[in-house]
Amino acid sequence: MPNVAIEAKGLTKWFGEGEAKTTALREVNLEADFGEMVYIVGPSGSGKTTLLSVLSGILKPNSGSVSVQGVDIWNLNGDELADFRLNKIGFVFQDFHLFPRLNTAENVAIPLILRKKDWDESVREAHKYLEIVGLKGRADILPIKLSGGEQQRVAIARAMIGQPDILIMDEPTASLDGDTGHAILKFVHENILSANRCIVVVTHDSRIYEYASRILNMEDGRLAGPEERAA
Amino acid sequence: MKSVLKLAYKLLVNDRAKFSALLVGITFAVFLMMFVTSMFAGILNHASSTVINIGASMWVMDPGVQTIANSIGMPDYVLDAVRSMEGVNYAVPLYSGGALVKLADGTYQSVTVVGLDDTSLFGRPQLLEGKIEDIYAENGFIVVRDSEYSKLESPRMGAEFELNDHRGVIVGIASAATSGLFGIPTLYTTYERAIQYIPNPRYTISYVLVEPKSPRDIPKIKQQVAALGYIALTKDEFMTRTSDFYVYQTGVGTNILIMTLISFIVGLSISGQTFYTFILENLERFGALKAIGAKRSELVKMILFQAAFTSLTGYGLGVGLCTLLIVLAKLRLPSYAAMETYVNLLIAFLMVLVITAISSYVGVRRVLQIEPFDIFRG
Repeated sequence: MPNVAIEAKGLTKWFGEGEAKTTALREVNLEADFGEMVYIVGPSGSGKTTLLSVLSGILKPNSGSVSVQGVDIWNLNGDELADFRLNKIGFVFQDFHLFPRLNTAENVAIPLILRKKDWDESVREAHKYLEIVGLKGRADILPIKLSGGEQQRVAIARAMIGQPDILIMDEPTASLDGDTGHAILKFVHENILSANRCIVVVTHDSRIYEYASRILNMEDGRLAGPEERAA
Repeated sequence: MKSVLKLAYKLLVNDRAKFSALLVGITFAVFLMMFVTSMFAGILNHASSTVINIGASMWVMDPGVQTIANSIGMPDYVLDAVRSMEGVNYAVPLYSGGALVKLADGTYQSVTVVGLDDTSLFGRPQLLEGKIEDIYAENGFIVVRDSEYSKLESPRMGAEFELNDHRGVIVGIASAATSGLFGIPTLYTTYERAIQYIPNPRYTISYVLVEPKSPRDIPKIKQQVAALGYIALTKDEFMTRTSDFYVYQTGVGTNILIMTLISFIVGLSISGQTFYTFILENLERFGALKAIGAKRSELVKMILFQAAFTSLTGYGLGVGLCTLLIVLAKLRLPSYAAMETYVNLLIAFLMVLVITAISSYVGVRRVLQIEPFDIFRG
């Protein structure tokens, strides 16, 4: 496996036209390797989430390219791109986006279900991942009955169940208190990050910077230094 | 069940409040559509009761006849002419007319009197009590034990009554496949007695019942009867003619059509709107599924499945409810004119399919429009 997980070149993205035109990304270049936990930090509106969306095959850039493990993802058609996201990327959304009417295990099993795996088998697999994220015994309850930290763990289990090469985390601590957020990132750093996996985290929570391999500052649609490496 | 469809199923039924609202909407719409069309079918069936009960293959009548209940007398030579026609196996006269029966308590009750051909008794009813040959006995009448039977004070064998100042005696009790539309009891007697007891205009033959030698002879017979200035209809054609009269010339058909359309619109509004709300409330989740890697075709399948499942469940419940109500109504009112036919079921089913298609189309459009990026933006 090549060591470069994601390579983005000259990414530009704008929204709207004419006077309403807003440029979110300006000629952004980025490289993230396997085994790295890359943080993209910056103020609100700086383009962090847009960059994350472009990198993960959700939002098409106006120009530039994104190469994941050597494949230019923006040359893929709709279904291929969906398959790419399903098989290569794990998402942890800012608001978790758990399904309130499905129990915890069923929520975690969704990526496997979308891969057309048998329902019962998927749910059995989900139980294992719930155990990994420390939620053994909470498989049959609805997400609404879980605390914020527990919901975040469910979201992580859901992102991990497909064993993706790349994990995308958007503001993972935004809905959590300080201690819980810290514990979650520590857990990810210690248990999810591996030599075969790249994790990209968008955050502006400086309390969790200690787990970053690199921190990239984003400002006004541009990636800027300083670039730091964790000890 | 495929896992993705099971996911759609769980997302739908686990939201019990919304699912119940959807089911109530569809069930109510199906119930209304079924009930209205069943009433219509019942009315049409009852309107053709004599045609069904007599069971003749062909009926010859005056071209002005619209329904079995409004016969126009034909001269005797028509019967002779029909009997001599090519392709006719046999032909007999039938009398059908109204009379008044004076009951024991002195009150009067309208009845339909059917006079059967004296020689063959063709079109005779199936007897529950008595022997058919007793119809030849003096003043002999056979009463039909249908939903209107009690209006003649439920007469037993040997019961006497007065019909147009003539004495009548019940010599048999018969069953009928279908009772009439207008709530009038039916008495059978011989043709000769019927025209003797009931005041008639010059021509007394209401209908000539014809049995063709083979079905291939029917067009030939029709042609020959038409040359006489009369019309010959098969049993089904006569029933259709009767139905057409009620559908197109009485306003009943228009009213039923309007009621059915209103039911459809009500069902579509309730179900469409509830389903759309359900989709809107789950839009974020569909967006999340899209972001995770669900293909557009899978999302479409999920929504179609949800809409179809709700519609078919609602269809079953609606049909069941309608059936239950008709059965209960018939227990109280045996003459209640409503019946479920395959056509009713098909009409309601097709309308449910349209409701499903429209509801899911709106939902699919909305879901396909959502961008996973919106999920990231929160």
